[in-house]
Amino acid sequence: MRYSKAVRNILLGMDNLRLHKLRSLLTMMGIVFGVGSVIAMLSVGEGASREALDQIKKLGSNIIIITSVKPSDDNANDMRRTRMSIYGLLYHDAKRLRETFDTVIRTVPVKLIRKDARVNVRHLEVRLVGTTPDWFSLVRRPLVAGRVLSEQDMKKRKAVAVLTEHGARKLLAVESSLGKPVRIAGDYFEVVGIIRNENIQSGSLSTPDQDADAYVPINVARERFGDMFVKRTSGSYVRELVELHQIIAEVDASENVEKTADGIAEMLKRSHMHDDYRISVPLALLREVERTKRTFNIVLGSIACISLLVGGIGIMNIMLASVTERTKEIGIRRAIGARQKQIVGQFLIETIVLSTAGGLIGICLGLLIPWLITFFAGMPTVVTAWSIVLSLVISVGVGIVFGIYPAFRAAQMDPIIALRHE
Amino acid sequence: MTSQITTECPADPNEPVIELNGITKTYQMGSVEVRALDGVSTVFQKGDFWAIMGPSGSGKSTMLNVLGCLDRPTTGTYILDGRDVSNMNDDQLSLIRLRRVGFIFQSFNLIPQLTVQRNIELPLYYLDWSVKESRKRARELADMVGLGDRLNHRPTELSGGQRQRVAVARALANDPAVILADEPTGNLDTPTGKQIMALLEDLNTQGKTIVMVTHESHVAAYAGKHLHMLDGKISATEDHS
Ligand SMILES: Nc1ncnc2c1ncn2[C@@H]1O[C@H](COP(=O)(O)OP(=O)(O)O)[C@@H](O)[C@H]1O
Ligand SMILES: [Mg+2]
Repeated sequence: MRYSKAVRNILLGMDNLRLHKLRSLLTMMGIVFGVGSVIAMLSVGEGASREALDQIKKLGSNIIIITSVKPSDDNANDMRRTRMSIYGLLYHDAKRLRETFDTVIRTVPVKLIRKDARVNVRHLEVRLVGTTPDWFSLVRRPLVAGRVLSEQDMKKRKAVAVLTEHGARKLLAVESSLGKPVRIAGDYFEVVGIIRNENIQSGSLSTPDQDADAYVPINVARERFGDMFVKRTSGSYVRELVELHQIIAEVDASENVEKTADGIAEMLKRSHMHDDYRISVPLALLREVERTKRTFNIVLGSIACISLLVGGIGIMNIMLASVTERTKEIGIRRAIGARQKQIVGQFLIETIVLSTAGGLIGICLGLLIPWLITFFAGMPTVVTAWSIVLSLVISVGVGIVFGIYPAFRAAQMDPIIALRHE
Repeated sequence: MTSQITTECPADPNEPVIELNGITKTYQMGSVEVRALDGVSTVFQKGDFWAIMGPSGSGKSTMLNVLGCLDRPTTGTYILDGRDVSNMNDDQLSLIRLRRVGFIFQSFNLIPQLTVQRNIELPLYYLDWSVKESRKRARELADMVGLGDRLNHRPTELSGGQRQRVAVARALANDPAVILADEPTGNLDTPTGKQIMALLEDLNTQGKTIVMVTHESHVAAYAGKHLHMLDGKISATEDHS
């Protein structure tokens, strides 16, 4: 009974708005564009941050990556021609790290060597990654064919290699190539597996794996290639002695990651003479992205509030004009016996219908714009359900807040004076 | 123009519908106090047809507004249909208007955006009648005032006389205890005015209590009882019935 009455009142409100189609449409515009731009902006923000988060998640969130870096030391620069530079992480560091921190479950040592790889006549420069089987449980990637490195390979010092899909394809190594040899810098390795890779590089983020990787047991790599590298830099040869290029440490729980990273920094600072390593914490980056996103949302929220405020003031303005214009109608209704609250209801329903309709059209716009952005600008956008719900709630709210005053103005008019109004 | 809709029982001359006792209404105009009504006491019986007459500014409209519960008297008591309405609040007065009063105005006061049908239905909407019932009643009332074929027209598409008939139909919709008309023929030419007066006379014959303001004697002639006002006071009453 009450329900049908409410429906009837809403229909009457719509009737009234239909009488002034153009005016109603123009009045709604503020809300339409307000809501549309809110949803669109939030979708761009959400798209960007979700992309970043996806990338970080591919890195692995409970890990700490310590990378050797050549210290930019002036003294070392002078000696470059006569001596070789010795820097970076040591085998010993990995062990100490594991022993010192309870929170570190395991460490994966990584040796990186750029070498030419050759299968039959095809060749390609690959990144030889000397590591342990643990690599594959930290850098989880789907296996395309074969298997990953095993403890057996380590123990027996087998010359086996796992290739990344991308590199394998370039070398024309396919499933049938499993068991066949790949020649890397003069040494033969048996291809035992092909694994998919995720190579993302954006800003301060980069995945541990790259396009053309060949994973081999670290002890085999050390045996075959040693710890000494010759690098060619602007014509001159530089000899470098680096034991480990990277240590990836897995931490037991995400809440311990940052604490552990601080501890590791502290430890390495004491044992390393030079500043020859970098610690990067994907989780910290994740937090940073989330912080940025929050700031972004606050800024967007403020803009949204302003545009909806403008829309609301527009509605109030029109409703006040409408109340004045319909003074006589209000007087007639009051004379017939309408109570004040019924007049309030009538006008309030009209503004709410107006702002809700505006909100709904705005939502359509807010769904269309991100689609266009993705289509034409190629930017990732994600329209979240909560942004739609929020906009709708806000637009109804705007209708109530900005409709109340004109509605009360209408109801409080003296019926006799209102009747006399021409 | 006969009707099957009147529901009042035949006039009972001994039953008062309106009792005014020492009614005053003062307006403050800056420092000057205007006494629009200055101690009005009178009784209107059920089934009466009153014409309130008097020169401009004598307080006729103010009187009618008080009678119709659109305005509250400054002092005095007003009993409408057995109920003391002198101290009611706005909501209560609205309900009294809704249930017991039917207004007819000089300028018709129809809502221009609404069709004839919807205008007649308006009191029923506030009375919470169902859509179906109010539609039926509006149609009957329109037939009664001779506008059954104009239900879907808007007031602007009607002549003055037709508009006033719609207003009469609307005033009857809630089956009021009293019909109040403020110069109902003031905006109409003489023949059309006559038709409206015939309609009102007809309603009165069927038992409706009518109070009408007019300053034209040929219009007042339709009413059985005359009440003359001067400076907010009743100067004379005549009974021609
Ligand atoms: N709202 C008002 N404010 C001030 N004075 C008013 C108001 N309404 C009526 N009056 C005054 O009260 C007196 C009676 O007015 P009214 O009842 O309209 O007279 P009539 O209808 O007989 O011409 C007039 O002097 C008029 O100026
Ligand atoms: Mg008057």
